[in-house]
Amino acid sequence: MRIHWATRSKNEMKPAFRPYLISAALLLGALVLSVAVGSVFISPAALLTILASQATAAPLPDWVPASFATIIFSLRLPRTILMALTGAALAGSGTAYQGLFRNPLADPFLIGVASGAGLGAVIAMSVHYPYTTLGLLTIPVAAFTGGAATILIVYELARVRRTLPTTNLILAGVAVSSFATAGSSFLMINGTGELRRALVWMLGGSTLSGWLPVVALLPYAAVGLGALLLMGHSLNVLQFGDEQAHQLGLPVERVRLVIVIAATLATASAVAFSGIIGFVGLVVPHILRLVWGGDYRRLLPLSILGGASFLLTADVLARVILSPQDLPVGIITALVGAPFFLWVLRRAKQQNFW
Amino acid sequence: MLEIKSLSISYGTRPVLHNISFELAVGTILAVIGPNGAGKTTLVRAITGFVLVQSGQILVQGRDINRLSAPERARQIAVVPQARQLPPAFTAWETVLLGRTPHLNWLGQTSPRDEEIVRQVMQRTATIDLAERPVGELSGGEQQRLLLARALAQAAPILLMDEPTSHLDLQFQFSLLEEVRSLARHDRLAVLVVLHDLNLVARYADRVALLVEGRLRALGSTGEVLTNELLSEAYHIPLEVLHAGKGGLPYIIPAFR
Repeated sequence: MRIHWATRSKNEMKPAFRPYLISAALLLGALVLSVAVGSVFISPAALLTILASQATAAPLPDWVPASFATIIFSLRLPRTILMALTGAALAGSGTAYQGLFRNPLADPFLIGVASGAGLGAVIAMSVHYPYTTLGLLTIPVAAFTGGAATILIVYELARVRRTLPTTNLILAGVAVSSFATAGSSFLMINGTGELRRALVWMLGGSTLSGWLPVVALLPYAAVGLGALLLMGHSLNVLQFGDEQAHQLGLPVERVRLVIVIAATLATASAVAFSGIIGFVGLVVPHILRLVWGGDYRRLLPLSILGGASFLLTADVLARVILSPQDLPVGIITALVGAPFFLWVLRRAKQQNFW
Repeated sequence: MLEIKSLSISYGTRPVLHNISFELAVGTILAVIGPNGAGKTTLVRAITGFVLVQSGQILVQGRDINRLSAPERARQIAVVPQARQLPPAFTAWETVLLGRTPHLNWLGQTSPRDEEIVRQVMQRTATIDLAERPVGELSGGEQQRLLLARALAQAAPILLMDEPTSHLDLQFQFSLLEEVRSLARHDRLAVLVVLHDLNLVARYADRVALLVEGRLRALGSTGEVLTNELLSEAYHIPLEVLHAGKGGLPYIIPAFR
């Protein structure tokens, strides 16, 4: 006896550029908005004129005040780029942690990596606050060490053999995170006046201005995010669990190690200069996954673009809400992110959709 | 060709497999049977290298399984796992395409050839209509066929199946095993299948390995292993083997009321 299954032809899978175009457009809008908004409003037209005159070395037309160029190049632009890189790093690493732990609630902040990186950074600052370029460049290294130690501890605490239940992960993250935050607070209050500035930094407010933090952050963020972008396929395979990933020919342990290091490096670079900003790595990949699906080869680049847009927008809000005073941007992301977190938790509980 | 030589494995101090030896020949179906906890799943895990071989050897085409790289191993051995907890967000197509993983570079870039292979195996397993559906929406039976398709996309000469019929209704149990038989006969795959249903074993297996408490209690043709004495002893209930139907296939029924 032969039993045949009925078959029909299937539709083609088309490569989709649309999500990238939309994300890039949103990011461009957020960049322009971030440069425009502040104590003085700088219109996109003025921005373009200034950029063009800078590129061609032509003099500025009369309708653009010369002070605008100074504001843009020494204040707005570095802050904008710092925020964009920070958002990209947090959302990219959040996506990677979610994929690695197969857990929709893994976020660099919630699983404690951000606070651990923060403690590492504060320890480095307490030894020598970065007056020098070299001092500044070493902060991400200290942050990475703190973040890496944290994730090892959290993973070991939360793990039940080869699985990582959501509640365990979050509880372990909260506990280790509280400890790291307390350690940071102690060092800061105990420390010199310079370290007190770090309190603002801890809440996710950038205290260093100018191009120096951008230059210091860029190499770490680029290496971390660049490595993550190569891991999309591996993250897809990991979604089937360690055993199936192994059966499909993935060198599971090696791949996990690369992802953990790259994601922690990206988180650490963000924390080192922008402080502890929560929920970006939770909200952004989650929304993008709902809209564009779960393929990590697409989700990673989209999250990196989306994270930049998200944090830029939050930073603009932080600048206008109590204008002329700046709010730490971490307050805005927590106000948006914490309710979102509860919603995701409920969803995850209801349908066990992971 | 797969050779298992004096394989022993313990979890901690508890021995799970003890001195197992057998060969899996090209073009044949070997059914592994035995009561729960006999070590069947551990055997599958050992052959895929997911559980380390503690003593003995597992050879694939003459090469030690522990000396193969992960992609090399997956190009030789494909596994159809039990269908549970598949990531629901992927589409059926994406899921089967991941079967090409051991043939891809480390970026996982797929070529038109990979897609053609996926299309073929999805047609063969009647999953092509499901291609764009998210896996979370599919029934257990559909997911099981998808896992067969993914294993076939690996294009490995050795196919391991761990209770592939457990989520299938009667019709699909037969169609799946008909397909597996055709894979063995026509595509010359070497198939090792863990099965609970002894009547399916009787119908489809070329050889049978009976595992009891981690030991290979019997190995041979269906006629040699599916006997009153061996089965009743292994499962601790009286079983009777009848020969009925066309060709006198053995049927196993409980011999008590």
